[in-house]
Amino acid sequence: MGESVVIGLGSDLRGDDAAGLEVARLLRGTLPSSVAVVENSGDPAALIEAWSGAALAIVVDAVSSGAPPGTVHMPLQMPVHPPVRAGSHSLGLADAVELGRALGRLPDELVVAGIEGGDFTPGAPMTAPVLAAVRRTADELRERLSRERPGGPRT
Amino acid sequence: MTHKTVRIGALTRVEGEGALVVHARDGRITGLELRIYEPPRFFEAMLRGRGHTEPPDITARICGICPVAYQMSACQAIEAACGAEVTGPLRDLRLLLYYGEWIESHALHVYLLHAPDFLGYDSGVAMAADRRDLVERGLELKKAGNELITAIGGRPIHPVNVKVGGFYRVPARRELAPAAERLRRARDHALATVAWVAGFDFPDVEHDYRFLALRHPGEYAILSGTVVTGDGYGPVSGFEVARWPDHVIEEQVPHSTALHARLDGATGYLTGPLARYALNSARLSPLAREAAAAAGLGRVCRNPYRGIVVRAVEILHACDEALRLLDGYAEPERPCVPVEPRPGVGHGASEAPRGTLYHRYRLDDGGLVAEADIVPPTAQNQARIEADLRDLLAPRLTLPEDELAGLCEKAIRNHDPCISCSAHFLDFRVNRG
Repeated sequence: MGESVVIGLGSDLRGDDAAGLEVARLLRGTLPSSVAVVENSGDPAALIEAWSGAALAIVVDAVSSGAPPGTVHMPLQMPVHPPVRAGSHSLGLADAVELGRALGRLPDELVVAGIEGGDFTPGAPMTAPVLAAVRRTADELRERLSRERPGGPRT
Repeated sequence: MTHKTVRIGALTRVEGEGALVVHARDGRITGLELRIYEPPRFFEAMLRGRGHTEPPDITARICGICPVAYQMSACQAIEAACGAEVTGPLRDLRLLLYYGEWIESHALHVYLLHAPDFLGYDSGVAMAADRRDLVERGLELKKAGNELITAIGGRPIHPVNVKVGGFYRVPARRELAPAAERLRRARDHALATVAWVAGFDFPDVEHDYRFLALRHPGEYAILSGTVVTGDGYGPVSGFEVARWPDHVIEEQVPHSTALHARLDGATGYLTGPLARYALNSARLSPLAREAAAAAGLGRVCRNPYRGIVVRAVEILHACDEALRLLDGYAEPERPCVPVEPRPGVGHGASEAPRGTLYHRYRLDDGGLVAEADIVPPTAQNQARIEADLRDLLAPRLTLPEDELAGLCEKAIRNHDPCISCSAHFLDFRVNRG
């Protein structure tokens, strides 16, 4: 324990759905070695694997809640009863959290950051407000995680 | 006269989203539509004008579950267009990567999406709460597939090491050792999985399927082969992958943006695990063949609910064959063969976890993609899934809607539709007036 992980969730080919991935890419190589950075395109088992044993896991994902595009929800309040379908995946983030809980494989602390998307059309580029929110979120997480104690590299 | 429309709000535990609407009049089904909305058309448009090296990476993004399938079908189609072929140790490395994907994809479906249907749980999460040991075993299996993909492909999702002609770099033998170690344990888990799912209580249902799968002379076809069709018992007919457009015609149906496929004029054929097993079971590894026999599968399985047993057998086969290839692995002398672009048409097909995945590209004089066609397995199976649902619902239309919804979801999950490959959005309605 004592290690942290940032997990960027999303898809590169659905416009603003790439927000979480982009945050992870901006952070890679800029954080203390005790902080792992992982990209995930919707594999719940890999998500659980990534945060198992971590003291802190920060998951960044695009969301669609009706707020103005570019709004950053941090921490995002996960619904108590997750919607039946949270994304175009067989199991969403909420399912992965519940599965992790059932298996006793949640991190000590789990923070979900949601970046409000505006356009999820396949092939669309990310929109300007979301790009700005991605940079803002990366800066904020870098600031927060740079205060983490340095440790050995996570594998 | 009564007219009924039954609607099911959301089909869960399938890869993607879609809708099902059933219309019934006087106790008879008058219409049944699996509605799916399809990104591949968009991808086909996006590929035009791209360089000949780009389709494997671009099409891999269509699906987060089976990116290797897209890469392999795309690579082979481009190589065929350019007159190149990947053989020997480099082909073995591609096989290894593909086995990793089969293990990963099938383990997810068997343990977290499909098994809960047979054990009375609403979801994999609910099953995990009661049967942590089983779900952990499923995740271990899946991880073995992930590690194999990572060791060869560079990362577990959307492998980055694959290129037209082979790989950017080939792993040294020692780099594959940890994946091999995990696969040995996974093979034991796979054996236990076959025995476990074989003990489920299956509805007594059989359909007269017309199957379509690739066939390879020396392998239970996954990476390449000729296309064969048949019922698994009688003679098969076959054609080369390059003749695909002469035999498989896609047509627009009004209720879906996914195209329905017709095979030699007839609609409703089936591709996927049941088809592969029926047409190729003699080519399974000896261990997988024995396990299939012990599980009571017979030579052909026409009960879609038993598809979970076939998937478990395929996981075992993939572990077994991957270990055989890893044991004999010697680093290929070069990571790829040259593939020079030239004008022409190339066809490629491979067996994605859910069935045959066909790609066709036409390259122009400058070596750029002028046309792209992608036929994913779920679009091919869509009409057959609708037929399964008609058979299921016809004698049961008087049941309460929530019960019908549950039955339909299970029948659809039998075929593990990857609706994010062939579609987007699934919500279910039955109109009864």
